[in-house]
Amino acid sequence: MSDLTRKTAAELAELMTSGQASSVEITQAHLDRIAAVDGDVHAFLHVDTEGALAQAKAVDGKRAAGEQLSPLAGVPLALKDVLTQEGVPTTAGSKILEGWKPPYDSTVVKRLKAAGIVILGKTNMDEFAMGSSTENSAYGTTHNPWDLNRIPGGSGGGSSAAISAYEAPLAIGTDTGGSIRQPGAFTGTVGVKPTYGGTSRYGLIALASSLDTPGPCARTTLDAALLHEAIAGYDPMDSTSINQPVPAVVEAARNGDVAGLRIGVVKELGGEGYQPGVEARFHEAVELLTKLGAEVVEVSCPHFEYALPAYYLILPSEASSNLAKFDAMRYGLRVGDDGTNSAETVTSLSREAGFGAEVKRRIILGTHALSSGYYDAYYGQAQKVRTLIARDFAKAYEQVDVLVSPATPTTAFAIGDRIDDPIAMYKNDLCTIPSNLAGNAAASFPCGLADEDGLPVGFHVMAPVMRDDLLYTVGAALESALAEQWGGVLMTKAPELEVTR
Amino acid sequence: MPSITREEVAHLARLARIELSDDELDHLAPQLDQIITLVGQVSQVAADDIPPTSHALPLTNVMRADENVPCLTPEQALSGAPAAEEQRFRVPRILEED
Repeated sequence: MSDLTRKTAAELAELMTSGQASSVEITQAHLDRIAAVDGDVHAFLHVDTEGALAQAKAVDGKRAAGEQLSPLAGVPLALKDVLTQEGVPTTAGSKILEGWKPPYDSTVVKRLKAAGIVILGKTNMDEFAMGSSTENSAYGTTHNPWDLNRIPGGSGGGSSAAISAYEAPLAIGTDTGGSIRQPGAFTGTVGVKPTYGGTSRYGLIALASSLDTPGPCARTTLDAALLHEAIAGYDPMDSTSINQPVPAVVEAARNGDVAGLRIGVVKELGGEGYQPGVEARFHEAVELLTKLGAEVVEVSCPHFEYALPAYYLILPSEASSNLAKFDAMRYGLRVGDDGTNSAETVTSLSREAGFGAEVKRRIILGTHALSSGYYDAYYGQAQKVRTLIARDFAKAYEQVDVLVSPATPTTAFAIGDRIDDPIAMYKNDLCTIPSNLAGNAAASFPCGLADEDGLPVGFHVMAPVMRDDLLYTVGAALESALAEQWGGVLMTKAPELEVTR
Repeated sequence: MPSITREEVAHLARLARIELSDDELDHLAPQLDQIITLVGQVSQVAADDIPPTSHALPLTNVMRADENVPCLTPEQALSGAPAAEEQRFRVPRILEED
């Protein structure tokens, strides 16, 4: 049989249904691949070999017994280390949680398990999801499988690198300002941020609670849709969960018909600061959608330029409050408990030792933005800007069905390039942040390689709240048209990784 | 004139319960100054009559039914504790000595 790690999740499911492969074989093939290439890629922080094989065996047993199984049963997946999985180390990329084994499953993990999806392990990320490169992980940087000297994007760089390196066909990410979509763009894979509240935050170690959204990562649009359907839907354990049916994402990914769809190109997301190769691939993709019958117009969202500053007030404010729970009392690292130090001193020493530089930067920024005397000028004003951005979206959606832009201004940059320049780093997320502030659905789909550097470019689609299906309509149309040109999806152009074992 | 001084950063770190070293303060203060200049751009937007948005979607308060449901056992709840004693979290002293 040809290499199981090159198959899509949908193909693997078919192989299992038709009895040509077992979940144990498929899972073992991916574990072998991880052993062979993850020394160079470093997508995983923890590989749960035993647990994964046990899950796979259980699915095979149920299939043999003739039980009704869900569409992705037996397919392996990589899980971002920010979601709790009972008994499996969960660090959120931070030293402060080193060795912590959560006593409960997040809702996303519960649903993955219920669907029979096999969890291979936990993937690397910027500490507490603060970053755009994985360089802020306390456990080392993940390398982009397209060029090992480059970052894979972040914060969910581990998840996107894992699927791009064929270590897993599927992965879970979380998106607060672009942490699923930007790594998707940088690794030539699909990354979807569902509507805020469309997927549950229960058991997601919170960064900014009003923005955090778990979502699917995959190599194809259909695979992402299948995973989206498996994890989405109302959860009473999340107070901001939307109690409505999940949009018909799988059907949209199978149809992919954009004839008559009205697409708006956001004027403000392009031009100065955008890499020529990114813009070229983006505009070609827009042309292609026009040929497929979409009606394309340019739209203006004048307040998007203030999304970045507003985000860097709202996010640190919420993060400084959320991370206050790391007080060294109930779980996590404790430093300086020598019998003479007070609890308060132990908390301060533990946080000093356990948090990395970016986390400290953002906690202090958030503390500043929330201080009396500054609150109205910073946090209050940022919340008003948030309203204006939501209104820009609402106005645009009166005219068009979806908005599009490049997913990122540039392709993946070199490791170390921006680590000491926070503002250059923050500008990675210019295109992705508005959708987090407004809560709408958005996704990045591969649309080619930039001429300058041969690296993947992401096509960003933004759809109204609870119209996640429209993302997949556009993604599937683009994917099949481009695959026809290229003779396969973009990932087939990725260089072969050296097998180090 | 920086928008935030080294002393202010040290004060904020104390409020946030982070024991910063001198080196970190030297490094962080100028970076925060840059970031605060960036985020200060929000003040350029005329928004006096605009209502704030705290959440992307309209929220209503959610209550669960007041019923007993399974929860963590004491052993599970204490499983990640840095120190535990007699089925409780053991913490350093919370009062100052005098």
